[in-house]
Amino acid sequence: SSGGGPQGHRSYQQKNLEGYVGFANLPNQVYRKSVKRGFEFTLMVVGESGLGKSTLINSLFLTDLYSSEYPGPSHRIKKTVQVEQSKVLVKEGGVQLLLTIVDTPGFGDAVDNSNCWQPVIDHIDSKFEDYLNSESRVNRRQMPDNRVHCCLYFIAPSGHGLKPLDIEFMKRLHEKVNIIPLIAKADTMTPEECQQFKKQIMREIQEHKIKIYEFPETDDEEENKLVKKIKDRLPLAVVGSNTIIEVNGKRVRGRQYPWGVAEVENGDHCDFTILRNMLIRTHMQDLKDVTNNVHYENYRSRKLAAVTYNGADNNKSKGQLTKVDTVEGISPLAQMEEERREHMAKMKKMEMEMEQVFEMKVKEKLQKLKDSEAELQRRHEQMKKNLEAQHKELEEKRRQFEEEKVSWEAQQHLLEQQKLDASRYTLPNQKKGKNIDSFNKAVLNVLCMSLQH
Amino acid sequence: MSEIVPPEVRPKPAVPAKPSHVAPPASVPHMPPHGPGAGSQGSGGGSTLLGYVGIDTIIEQMRKKTMKTGFDFNIMVVGQSGLGKSTLVNTLFKSQVSRRSSGWSRDDKIPKTVEIKSVSHVIEEGGVKMKLTVIDTPGFGDQINNENCWEPISKYINEQYEKFLKEEVNIARKKRIPDTRVHCCLYFISPTGHSLRQLDVEFMKHLGRAVNIIPVIAKADTLTPEEKTEFKQRVRKELEVCGIEFYPQKEFDEDMEDKSDNDKIREAMPFAVVGSDKEYQVNGKRVLGRKTAWGIVEVENPNHCEFSLLRDFLIRSHLQDLKEVTHNIHYETYRAKRLNDNGGLHPISSSSDTQESNL
Repeated sequence: SSGGGPQGHRSYQQKNLEGYVGFANLPNQVYRKSVKRGFEFTLMVVGESGLGKSTLINSLFLTDLYSSEYPGPSHRIKKTVQVEQSKVLVKEGGVQLLLTIVDTPGFGDAVDNSNCWQPVIDHIDSKFEDYLNSESRVNRRQMPDNRVHCCLYFIAPSGHGLKPLDIEFMKRLHEKVNIIPLIAKADTMTPEECQQFKKQIMREIQEHKIKIYEFPETDDEEENKLVKKIKDRLPLAVVGSNTIIEVNGKRVRGRQYPWGVAEVENGDHCDFTILRNMLIRTHMQDLKDVTNNVHYENYRSRKLAAVTYNGADNNKSKGQLTKVDTVEGISPLAQMEEERREHMAKMKKMEMEMEQVFEMKVKEKLQKLKDSEAELQRRHEQMKKNLEAQHKELEEKRRQFEEEKVSWEAQQHLLEQQKLDASRYTLPNQKKGKNIDSFNKAVLNVLCMSLQH
Repeated sequence: MSEIVPPEVRPKPAVPAKPSHVAPPASVPHMPPHGPGAGSQGSGGGSTLLGYVGIDTIIEQMRKKTMKTGFDFNIMVVGQSGLGKSTLVNTLFKSQVSRRSSGWSRDDKIPKTVEIKSVSHVIEEGGVKMKLTVIDTPGFGDQINNENCWEPISKYINEQYEKFLKEEVNIARKKRIPDTRVHCCLYFISPTGHSLRQLDVEFMKHLGRAVNIIPVIAKADTLTPEEKTEFKQRVRKELEVCGIEFYPQKEFDEDMEDKSDNDKIREAMPFAVVGSDKEYQVNGKRVLGRKTAWGIVEVENPNHCEFSLLRDFLIRSHLQDLKEVTHNIHYETYRAKRLNDNGGLHPISSSSDTQESNL
């Protein structure tokens, strides 16, 4: 049998199952996958110095994020508003949480606090920008979520109402981040004063139309009751403490006064447990979802719309989505297509240019090589010529020498003939040998002398 | 004249002229015995008397006169909204004397600029009448941009001096010049536990020379005893470094006795106070206090807060001194500057020609 869908405009047939299929196991699979992946959460704390922000963070996460070696921002002197991040990895029951705390030392401490919210806004926007860019990349495997998921705003416990600075800050940030207003150092006030103060604050928040984080209604009755309890006690009045004190044999976190001990985790004393349960145990995922679905989408649509309609984008961003001139009225998707095409064209042009440059370089190099080759050749020729000349000279000398030799030989021969004729009685061999030797010697001498010349 | 001490018109002494032989108003019963009525052969090292003359009855005569005329005291409270200023003043004078009780409701908006609102009451105790004026400064330090927010206050203080000066310089002077000058300024420091805020330092720097500033740490039930001591030390050091002199100023200590008394007080300042106008039952006694879920903060218990120290200091021992320092030092400084600048206010009276009037 089939039933109509819920709203009727798109009704799916609802069928009953005839056996156990098993997809009820789906949440477990999701759970297991998420546990493996681990979770990330970014929490921002804003407030004047001395309101116990660092102490509260330490109490919330039961770690000493700020210790004496690494003192919290409150212990350091600051002249202008800074935005500082600290990361800590906490593990519990196999689940990993990468917690990032963003602190804003210097907020509201100067004499002139105009625009002290600007660094905070800039930080949040820059995190959104990072996420937007990483979302638009081609390779999206690593997409760390550093967006600010929740902003705890600390209100000083004056007992009267919100200060102009509080109102201004919240008005500027309620559309960018989930704001949870807290009353700091709530042990300053008696229960009646606290009630009065809370009412006054809520009234002012409504009056100025500030949208603080709203706890979602669920279908579950039980949960709704809890949610309603939280809503009644907004803004939460908290007390933080780093010291553990003995009270009636129990060890509790608290503040020791001469008139008693203010316990941090006692629901009658302050709303700390409610804050912790809400922030960590029940609504952490919802905070992330709202950040993603509402604040981030707001930012994104504003950013992309600005790019489409306004021409030059005023924000100096990382360049992937900025354009110098566009055609009006194109949808963002087509716009992106256009951009991509342009991008490709640009790349091609660059490639061609590079090739040209490369060719030119090659030519130059070749030319150079040729030149040096020619040079070498020339030198070679030169040397060869020199050599030839020398060779010729030598040849000439040799010829001369030969001529001389011949003439000399002829002379000698003549002489010998004469001698032979004259002395037929002596041994011709010996004398011939001697004569040949000395003849050789004489030839050598002449050769040497002529070579020397 | 509102003073018991010789009247305002006096040749400006370089040293605060606290006649050492006149005891502070003996009409207040809790006075530390300062030679009450005892024939103080006092400072004038003179000849010993051969019999009882009766000079010491002068104290009684003065007391009678004071009771008839009563006296004025003007106290100004400065600090961000929500620090418990009005509550503290009410607690100090044990009656609803602050602006808050005279019809200002909690829903009042924070004013855009610093306003000066003063409320006067006449309170009486033991036959002595005091016209107490509480000057409140709503809007101080509450804006986003607090540049020069001390200027309206400075202007107000100078205006009061000016008024007094004009009266003084008149030919036909009133017998008793109404004294609206600010005798004491309680400055409320927010109990952050870290250090002074920039605004605090600026304010005290600019106004420390014009009026007696007494810094107090407000809402001291925020701090545990260790935090309190640390905070106080840090604040004192910072004040010293910035060269801010709060009341009682070291330079005006006259003799060793004063110095030692005041040194003790200076060591304990700034007082960490808690104010309350509600009474609760504690150990069978009815005490002023604040009831929280973990205990009752007793305002007058010295272990809980230093309210009683402040009250004793302010009212029971140094009330007269505050007025004198205001008159003899701050006012004279203003007057000298004023007359030097202008070369005299009226063409008729000259600055050095004042009437001497004695007891």
